[in-house]
Parts: sequence; structure tokens; C-alpha cells
Amino acid sequence: MGIARHRPPRFRQLIAMLRLWLRTLQLGVKSLSLHLMRSLLTVLGIFIGIASVIWLLAIGEGISQKAQEQIEGLGANNVIVRSIKPPSETTEGIRGAVPYGITRADYARIMETIPTIQRGLPIREIRRRFSYAGRLVDGRLVGCTPEYFEVNRLEMALGRFLTDADMRTKANHCVLAAGTAERLFPLDNPIGKSIRVEEAYYVVIGVTKSRSPTAGIGGSLAGQDFNFDAYIPISTLWSRIGDQVVTRRSGSFEGEIVELSQATLRIREVDHVMETSDLIKETLRRHHRIEDYGVTVPLELLEQARTTRMMFILFMGLIAAISLVVGGIGIMNIMLATVTERTREIGIRRALGAKRRDIIRQFLAETVLLSVFGGLTGVLGGLTCGPISRAVRWGLDTAAPDVMEQLPDLIRAVDPVIVPWSIPLALGIAISIGVVFGLYPAVRAAKMDPIEALRHE
Amino acid sequence: MKYAARCEALTREYHLDGGTVRALRGVDLDVPEGDFVAIMGASGSGKSTLLNLLGCLDHPSSGRIRLGEEDITLADDDRLSEIRASSIGFVFQSYNLIPQLTVIENIEVPLYYQGKLASEDRKRCRDLAELVGLGDRLGHRPTQLSGGQQQRVAIARSLVNDPYFMLADEPTGNLDSVTTEDILNLLETLNREGKTIIMVTHEPDVGQRAKRIVRLKDGLVQSDKLVVKEQGDKE
Repeated sequence: MGIARHRPPRFRQLIAMLRLWLRTLQLGVKSLSLHLMRSLLTVLGIFIGIASVIWLLAIGEGISQKAQEQIEGLGANNVIVRSIKPPSETTEGIRGAVPYGITRADYARIMETIPTIQRGLPIREIRRRFSYAGRLVDGRLVGCTPEYFEVNRLEMALGRFLTDADMRTKANHCVLAAGTAERLFPLDNPIGKSIRVEEAYYVVIGVTKSRSPTAGIGGSLAGQDFNFDAYIPISTLWSRIGDQVVTRRSGSFEGEIVELSQATLRIREVDHVMETSDLIKETLRRHHRIEDYGVTVPLELLEQARTTRMMFILFMGLIAAISLVVGGIGIMNIMLATVTERTREIGIRRALGAKRRDIIRQFLAETVLLSVFGGLTGVLGGLTCGPISRAVRWGLDTAAPDVMEQLPDLIRAVDPVIVPWSIPLALGIAISIGVVFGLYPAVRAAKMDPIEALRHE
Repeated sequence: MKYAARCEALTREYHLDGGTVRALRGVDLDVPEGDFVAIMGASGSGKSTLLNLLGCLDHPSSGRIRLGEEDITLADDDRLSEIRASSIGFVFQSYNLIPQLTVIENIEVPLYYQGKLASEDRKRCRDLAELVGLGDRLGHRPTQLSGGQQQRVAIARSLVNDPYFMLADEPTGNLDSVTTEDILNLLETLNREGKTIIMVTHEPDVGQRAKRIVRLKDGLVQSDKLVVKEQGDKE
């Protein structure tokens, strides 16, 4: 105590003020806990509002991270051109297999005429049955170039991937994906063994590690499951299998003549991606009578994801704002009732020396306590966002898979990510609501005439 | 002589829809320190108005009021609040304790509004509770106390800020005769110890316990007499 007296007056003033506020808050807690149920119900609106603020930011963040991942998966520098089987009415009357899709000529034309393209990755995929020693696997035979490895972020488990030498020599080499290798060679090392695909044999030179499938995006690009692939040089595929492929499907034969299933084109600079994609579309359009190809620009998807996220945040933000305003009005309503109910107390306090601002402080403290309590519980509620959304998704997946199918991919697969700054933001909002909606009742309390208030029954 | 309160030609008018009501029409009243004044009068005589003015809850229409050394006639709302917190002790007919606070916390309220929250202030509250005979009930709530006990808490509260005077508005109005006697004895004891008391009452028996009776009628002082005590003379 002796030391405290020697502290500078400003410091002592601060201590006194802190003590006063502490007391006011204590008093507020006391008054509020007198009507516990009422206080809790009052807080509910704020709770919901604050929780949804955190939720919506977390979901928005989840969407944008997901989109980011997808873009990264496809490469923001890439433009992907795919062959698409035209609808059957456009080919009616033509007998047998109909050629469609991107041609080698298209590919060469694009690569030669558009200087902003750094390199291209042509791919030809065919559904095929792989066999070895009586074991069978239905998978995807992918003719590609060595770049495929890097573009699709594959990793080797055994051996090596295809090389330029394989390309040049049209070698009968293949690289198996993890799933294919496991099914065909459950016990032995596949390297050096020959697998059979239709009538041809390919020597296994490597096995990739398993890779998680990519999600399809925006309808223009289907999802890819890499696990039952076998990769061979595209030059080998062209020379040994050719463009015309006949697939047995449920008893009938289905033929197609496709030169390239897909070409992934890497653009030198991100800034040129949009212009270049227009050039590519233009080049293709001039040589195709019908739309038998699709151009996917991951960068465009980024834009789409942004729009989706903005729409989501706007929509949810509106709901959160409404909830917060309703919550605030609820608090104000209760505080007005409280003020009337406690008119006598206000009179007593005024008579005993409370200034107007003391009364304001008292009631404001109560409102802020309510809203901060709502804010804190709301933050806790907000933090449950991850588990709850996973549970809801699981529930929807099992109960109403059709509905889930129709939801956009970004929303279906979203995993909320709590944004750290959303917590102080939410608490700030809660406190402001307490102050804004508490001010009017508090001022009303302070304006009462002490004589009248004392007489109040 | 030092005065706890001095009023000069106090008037107070209320402007209502129907016209002007003149509640006080020029009241002179001096209350020396250590006095025990009973203000009496029929309802409408202006005693509540005078009480409000002495209690710094209201402003006079004209005239002057001084409490201690300070002229408070023109003091603003904040200053009046400060004076109430530091220098006036209220005792009400209906006790007016704050229900959600305990005995000790109720006694503390005037100190709280002076920003006095140190431990020695707490001790002072305990001593006062002791003085009014409630030292063993510090943690009780008003609803757990009888009327007489509540009024004792109120009396302790009115003394906590060491006021110019205690302002008691019908302090025994809600009490039975036995408790009334208790409370009046307590007031007398406090007065003997030097506390100045101004008490408003309409009961002649209660008024007789004061040293001096001021009768108001129609907003004017009708009489101002010292009380002649039966067993001894105080004159």
C-alpha cells in the first residue's frame, strides 16, 4: 500500500478507473444472472449471427483454397484442349466410326503458329484391358510424352518414367500406375515383365506412386482417376494402335477415330493465358465443322471460383447481418424492459450519487456483457464449422445423393477453413452491437428524473 | 456556529398543464451541525419539495441553498450528483436498498460513486454495519432481512460518506411500533454522537423525538420550535 501511494497520479487514476469498470462489470454479471434464462435467450441472436460470420468466412476460404488447389493441379499457365464426342444427331447417317476431335494437324498448327505457347503435351487415352499371367485389369491406356509426368505431378515408386528416347524409338515400354501394378503384380516386382494389351506386349519400366484423383471442374473437364493407368509413348500408341479404336461395350462394338484425346498447352506467361486461349479457340474453330472439342482454361475457373465465393459470402453475409441486427434489437428490447423494471433502482442510485454517465456505464456494461457473451459462444460455435459441415455432407450424401449430385462441385467438396482474423472481427462486431443497441436504453435510463424514479413502484 | 445546511427564501414552482403550482413560497431554514430537525406538515405542505431541494435532487425556482460551505443553488447535475455521493445520506420510508446487492455492497454504493473502492473503504462499511447491529449479516440480501433490519442497512449506508446531514424521509413509516422505537433510538444515539439529522415525518410522536420541529404549511414555515423533552430539558 505504501508503495502504491508513491506511484504517479496518472497511474493511480488508471488503476481507479480499471477498478471502477471491473466493479461495473461484476455488477452487470450479478444483475444479468438474476434473470439467467432471459439473458441466455437474449444472447441467442448474437450467438447465431457471430457463428455465421465465422462460418461464412471459413466456407468462403474453403472454397477459395479448393479452387486454388484445383488451379494449381491444372496449372494456371495451362490451357487444356480436349476432344469431345459430338452428339449423335450431328453424325446421323454416317456409317461406322466417325472421326472427331483434335487432330495432329490441329496440334501442330497451334504449336507452330502461337508463339506464346511454351510447350505442349499431347495425350491419347483408350479404355483397355491389361493382362499378365491370367490377371486382368480394366484401365486407361494413356499415350503421352515424358512431360506428362511433370504436368500431372506424378511420382515414381519404382523404375523410371518414359523418356524422349522412348518417344523417338517408339519403344514398347510402359509405366504402370500404382493400382494397375498392384492388381497385375500382387507379389512380384513388375519391372522388366511384359504386360499384354489386346494383341501387343509392353515391357514395364516403372511404377508410379498412387495419386489422389482430381476433381472435375465446371463440366468442361471430367475428374481423373490416375490409379488404373498404364502410360506408353504416344508415338508408340499411334504406330501400334492407330487412331481408330474399337471398343467392346455390352455386346456391341463401338468405334471411334480420334487422333488426340487431349493436349495440355503451357503458356509462357500467366498474363498471356487469356489471349492465347482465345487464339487457340479461334484456330480450332476454323478447322472444325462442329464443336467436337472443348477448351478449358484453369485461370477462368479461378474467376468462376471467385464469383462463387463472392456470391456465397454476400448471401451468407446478408443472413449474418440480418441475424445480428435482429439479435441487437432483441438485446435492446430486453434492455428497455430492464430499464423500466429497474426504474426504482436507477432512482436509488441517482440519489446515492450516481451521475448520468454512471447509469449509462452500468447499463451499457450489461448490454456489452450480453453481446460479448454471445460473441464468445458464437466464436466457439463458429469453430465447430469443420466437423459439422462434414457431418452435414455425409448426411446428405447418404440421405439424398441426387441432390448432392446437382450441387456445384466447389460447394459439394468444400472443406471450411477457419480464417484467423475472423475471430477478432466477430468479437469486434459483437462489442459494437452491444454498444450500438445498448446506448439507447442506457441513455433513457440516465435521463430519468431521480425524484420520479424514486417514486416509481 | 457552523451550519450543515442553510436555506434562504427558497421557492419552488411547478409548471403544470393547469397552471403554476407553488410548492414552496419562501422558506428560510438553518440547520446547525449536530441538530436533529423534524420537518412536519400535512401532505401538500411542501415538505417533500423541501426534502428534494435539501437532498440535491432538485433546483429551487429562486432563493439560495448552501450545504456546508458550498452554495449549490446553481450547481449542475453532475456537481449535485457528486454532492449527493459525498455529503448527503438518504434514508427512505421504503428503505430503498438495491435488491441484487448484499448488505455490505448496499452500504458501499455511495462510496462506489465517489470512486472509493479501496480496502479501507470496505472496512468502513463493515464498521458501520457493526454499528447498526448487522455485523453478522454482511452477505445477506435485502429480501432476507426484516423491515427494521433493512432500515438499519439504509442508515448505515447514509452514514458511509460522512455526510453533512442524514436526510430521513418518513424513516419509520413502514415499521411497526417496536421497530419504530428501535430505529428512533438509533437515530437519537447517532445524533448524540454528533450526526446531523433532518427527518421528514407526519407522525407527531416521531417528530417529538427530534430536537426541533419545523412545521410547514402551504409552502411556508408555520412554526420552528425546539422540542421540550419530558424527562429532561435540552434548552
